[in-house]
Amino acid sequence: MKKLLAFVFVIVLGALIVNHLNENSLFTGFGDAVLADRVSDSYINRDVQGGQGEVIFGESQDLESGAANTVTAIVADYRSFDTLGEITVLFISSLGVALLLGQSKKRIGLEFRPNFMLKIGSRALFAIILMTGVFISIHGHLTPGGGFPGGAMIASSVLLLYLADDEFRAKMRGFKVLESTMGVLYILLGVVGLFITGIFLENFIDNGTLGSLFSAGMIPIIYVIIGLKVGSEISSVIDHFLSEEGA
Amino acid sequence: MLQIAAILLMMLGLYGLLTNRNIIKIILALNILEIGLNIFIISIGFVRGGNAPIFSSETTSSALIFVDPLPQALVLTAIVIGVGTTALGLAFAKQIYAKYHTFELDEMGEE
Repeated sequence: MKKLLAFVFVIVLGALIVNHLNENSLFTGFGDAVLADRVSDSYINRDVQGGQGEVIFGESQDLESGAANTVTAIVADYRSFDTLGEITVLFISSLGVALLLGQSKKRIGLEFRPNFMLKIGSRALFAIILMTGVFISIHGHLTPGGGFPGGAMIASSVLLLYLADDEFRAKMRGFKVLESTMGVLYILLGVVGLFITGIFLENFIDNGTLGSLFSAGMIPIIYVIIGLKVGSEISSVIDHFLSEEGA
Repeated sequence: MLQIAAILLMMLGLYGLLTNRNIIKIILALNILEIGLNIFIISIGFVRGGNAPIFSSETTSSALIFVDPLPQALVLTAIVIGVGTTALGLAFAKQIYAKYHTFELDEMGEE
């Protein structure tokens, strides 16, 4: 009976949503969106404050936001304050996991004994995955990716060591210090921007040429900070989930 | 068409949330709901024949047609927050299992 009621409720709600979307003149069909009508047009042309002209890869200099990746320009420059809140949410959730599972000390053992080749091979792969994560964090303003995927990759390299070596235990104290340092650095960067330009988290470094590695002002710095912070947070979550109570 | 499929996925997750009494399945349903919502938001910004919103040596000028970057940036935020809530929910589930030795909400407190 309960399942039937839930089924009817879900069907009615879905039909209502679809019906309303079809009648709404502001809602365009799939693939028919016109960007010229939207706010995003100014993000792509980098003229939110007006008067920028055409943006050309490798030539345009000192744009409003110098990142070649427009999504990064929105996440880490135009809406950087939003990202600060997002990082706070992730920090609070990792804090909650640490509070709930924090008293556990011993890590969960593996069901098999890893042999020599597995241990050495996982260490070699660990270095490659870690470097890829850092690379993706640094190149967030040029290529797809950025601090959040890069941080997840860093955490996945730690997870690999946990799964392949039964004696491995990450030094959680180091991760905690790294995480809090990166959080403080992000806010400090914002405060420095507040003093120099008068706006919190405003970019105060030269934007450079669109498409070169040393461009886009603060965005690569912020994304490296985000990458290291997210990596250490997810690593500490992994450590808490893979440990059990006792001893 | 993709938007209808995304709404279907959202409703599937909502149905799972309403009917399941197992903690792991509830968290799973919450994730399905969230993925459907993310696909829906992304699909709003799709432009037929548009490029990914990244300037590169292939797509050099802002005069080209690009896909809407704003929904992608918003969904990036939503994904990260989804990871946080899932981790917290699973930590709660682990603590509940350690206390009651079951994931079923109906079997708790009967000992």
